[in-house]
Amino acid sequence: MTLPRLLTGVTQSPMPWDRHLQVHGDPQTNQRPEELLAHVKRSGLRGRGGGSFPLATKMQAVRRSRGTPILLVNGCEGEPMSAKDRLLMVCLPHLVIDGALTVARAIGADEILIAVDELNVRAGETVQWALTQRPELRGSGRVPEILWTPSGIVSGQESALVRWCNDGIAKPVAVPPRVTERGISRRPTLVANVETLAHVALIARHGADWFRRLGTVEDPGSALVTVTGAVRHPGVYEIALGCTLRALLGSAGGQSEPVRSLLVGGYAGTWIDATEASTARLARRELSGLGTRLGAGILVALPASACPVAETTRVAGWLAEQTAGQCGPCVNGLASIADELADVRDGSAGPDALGRLQRWCELATGRGACAHPDGTAAFVASALRVFAVEFLDHMRHGPCDACEAPPVLTVPGRLAAA
Amino acid sequence: MRLRVDPIACEAHGLCAELLPELIELDEWGYPVIVDAQVPAALEQLARRAVSACPTLALRLQAQARSVSPGRELAE
Repeated sequence: MTLPRLLTGVTQSPMPWDRHLQVHGDPQTNQRPEELLAHVKRSGLRGRGGGSFPLATKMQAVRRSRGTPILLVNGCEGEPMSAKDRLLMVCLPHLVIDGALTVARAIGADEILIAVDELNVRAGETVQWALTQRPELRGSGRVPEILWTPSGIVSGQESALVRWCNDGIAKPVAVPPRVTERGISRRPTLVANVETLAHVALIARHGADWFRRLGTVEDPGSALVTVTGAVRHPGVYEIALGCTLRALLGSAGGQSEPVRSLLVGGYAGTWIDATEASTARLARRELSGLGTRLGAGILVALPASACPVAETTRVAGWLAEQTAGQCGPCVNGLASIADELADVRDGSAGPDALGRLQRWCELATGRGACAHPDGTAAFVASALRVFAVEFLDHMRHGPCDACEAPPVLTVPGRLAAA
Repeated sequence: MRLRVDPIACEAHGLCAELLPELIELDEWGYPVIVDAQVPAALEQLARRAVSACPTLALRLQAQARSVSPGRELAE
């Protein structure tokens, strides 16, 4: 079987239960837990929420821990340039539910929570609607529940979600135990991204060998990627891991205008030069050689007509605001980076601004409770590298003509004060 | 033994860098930067003093790094 897999039969409207059965067949949620775990392990499936951690390892950790596990389905999708989790929940909710029921059974979880950004009402309500259609949940006291979470890039982090459940504070924690040992209500908790679970839905049906028929040995399977920017048809595409960036751009209709650079992995990802990027493959080892990673599956083609300094500065400002406000190096480092970038863009920065930015990026890395400062630092550091000429130009001459162009990288608008 | 900082608990009092400048520096906002997390035997006594002097109990000494599993280690 070839592509699409997850996106088979997708339309604009939610796929109802009967249609879902026609397209994919019986969910096979009643396999023996050991059998399912073996399938997932052999499939080599890694988390698709950004962390790329092997799902089977997490499942085993939860099974080893004391207490009845809880499954927390992560549909928060805090990355502004990502739309794939929303697409799954809004258009293919039964695939996500299949995967959730399957994994819950495999780890012995008796409770499933589905975390959805409180602003993403449509996604949460569509999943709720789909749950009412499931025959296996009828009359069951164990229907998965939607957990509405505060909007933001940090609140979808796994320890933040667990703390939100326990204490009503959606901020990461720094201290062990891990959530797989002691999470929600002190029970072992498996946090898995909605796309990861959608893959499990198909692995349960077709097996690990089938899953590995696409992708590479190290990066098996398909993945959803949100492609935006200077492409003819922006949207969510399903690709085989290991395909080239050029092929991915091709599936989005190709470039719509000359492209200066590609942002891979979203706002916690990195910029790479368009020329070095064209032949690169979407595989972890190859991307890490380019200093980047696919993260939650995001690709933005920055057109040559946009100003990379203005784009980077705007996003860095938003990322600094997204800090949970807990860790000094994140609070101070990200604010300093954002302010300095704004000065560089405006041509009002001191002579050693780029050196300071470089140092602050290093200081922000590896010193927070979560990876938010690391991701922001990687994003900014890559911009300094790829757009060195543009940064120097702004320092000397101030804003360019393209600084006022409509943004390519969008940040969520601020809500009016409640 | 390895030195670790709980970045949420740390409030930049800076005593650790004063007591253990061999292994800990402060960044420009006063937060500790651990230069070398591995504590040599000769400095263990001083490291313990630094740990007990931390007003927010943010500085920790741990026997060894835990095995690799999901989630994130305490920031070093």
